[in-house]
Amino acid sequence: AMLLAGRGRAETGDLVPNSYEEITAYNNFYEFGTGKEDPTANAGAMSTEPWSIKVDGIVDKPGDYAFGELIEGLTIEERIYRFRCVEAWSMVVPWNGFELADLLAKVGVQSGAKYVAFETAVLPDVMPGVRRGVLDFPYVEGLRLDEAMHPLTLMATGIYGKPMPNQNGAPIRLVVPWKYGFKSIKSIVRITLTDKEPPTSWNKANAREYGFYSNVNPEVNHPRWSQASERPIGGGIFAKRIPTLMFNGYEEEVASLYEGMDLSKSF
Amino acid sequence: MIAQFINSTLRKVPAWPLYVLGAVPPAWLFYSGVTGGLGVDPVKEMEHQMGLWGLWLIIAGLCVTPLRRWGNINLMKFRRPIGILTFFYIAGHLLIWLVLDVQIPSQILADIIKRPYVTIGMGAFVLMIPLVVTSNNWSVRKLGAAKWQKLHKLTYLAAILGGLHFVWLVKGWQIEPMIYTAVIVGLVALRWIPKRKRVAVAA
Repeated sequence: AMLLAGRGRAETGDLVPNSYEEITAYNNFYEFGTGKEDPTANAGAMSTEPWSIKVDGIVDKPGDYAFGELIEGLTIEERIYRFRCVEAWSMVVPWNGFELADLLAKVGVQSGAKYVAFETAVLPDVMPGVRRGVLDFPYVEGLRLDEAMHPLTLMATGIYGKPMPNQNGAPIRLVVPWKYGFKSIKSIVRITLTDKEPPTSWNKANAREYGFYSNVNPEVNHPRWSQASERPIGGGIFAKRIPTLMFNGYEEEVASLYEGMDLSKSF
Repeated sequence: MIAQFINSTLRKVPAWPLYVLGAVPPAWLFYSGVTGGLGVDPVKEMEHQMGLWGLWLIIAGLCVTPLRRWGNINLMKFRRPIGILTFFYIAGHLLIWLVLDVQIPSQILADIIKRPYVTIGMGAFVLMIPLVVTSNNWSVRKLGAAKWQKLHKLTYLAAILGGLHFVWLVKGWQIEPMIYTAVIVGLVALRWIPKRKRVAVAA
């Protein structure tokens, strides 16, 4: 009950994180299989050292960066964010990471760039989901530049002060807390600054159901799941559903990004 | 020979213990759910497991006729308990969804109307109601064998809808639900293979 009360008062920043076990044993990472336990079971085979990230497009300093080189000099902090999956379950995760804006400043975004595109590693040898072709891999995601520059947008490298577990997207992943979880792309190998809205994986798979923005929005119906409420993970079998908050509770911080947009059309 | 052995062995086995055995998995699931043995999301796990059991049972039920026709194995007396158990597993699956998962009545109704996979799942469940109600000797006598058999062809539709429900509810095109559906469609299709007419061989 304490846990739920804590989550209910999310607006005050008074969030109670899920346990490390819950966060690392219940994942969607289709490269490793479609079951929630598949990533935990299979992702151990992925080697994240060395890890190289290509930065390209409309930037000052494009190139292939080693993971260590890319994050060097950036301040890692803890951010406790609500995490809302489009499947209508939710968690609270204490991420460790730095603001994407800092990384973008480091590589130098040139004028003319309007979007940031991301790409996940494709390692068929260790990724059974890739071999099965569940989605059109590599998994790709994208943000509008102002969304990417927003101070809430995080590049996460750890959870609970530990390095990012493979199943959660090691060594580095995106976290955009006001959007459905699938926007927070994992195990990133490429970051591209572009002037066109980049393709995104779930939108490619089913455009009717998944839009480019995919902001958490209890009022915009999804054909598969009602988004009005969510099941918090970790409350046992009799856990009560809780109402889903506009922009996952980050309305005050991010609503201005979408001023004048019809969010039922740009969903 | 194997078929004969199986048939003669099974002749000695009564069908009623199936009901007792059938109660074990749901009881175990519920116990595990309450005591934290079902992982991080016990509600989804219970819901999913009960749905899968329902599919396994419906597939088992659909195997009875082809096994008799092409394998000479007679499991006829187990077909009714298998069918009745299928109904109760799917009822359990539905109950978990209603009470533990969706919880909110207005949302339940919206889900049934607006979400096609829920609609067809509910459809399959509703189709099973007349089947379970008439799964007794009295009903067979009352309806007459021909009518009863015709009614129970609804099983095929319910089974196929059950498979589609699984295909539709997952994100993307996943292989597991498609295999279940293919197996169900295949088993139903076997019913339409015409029986070979016994032609008198010209001497």
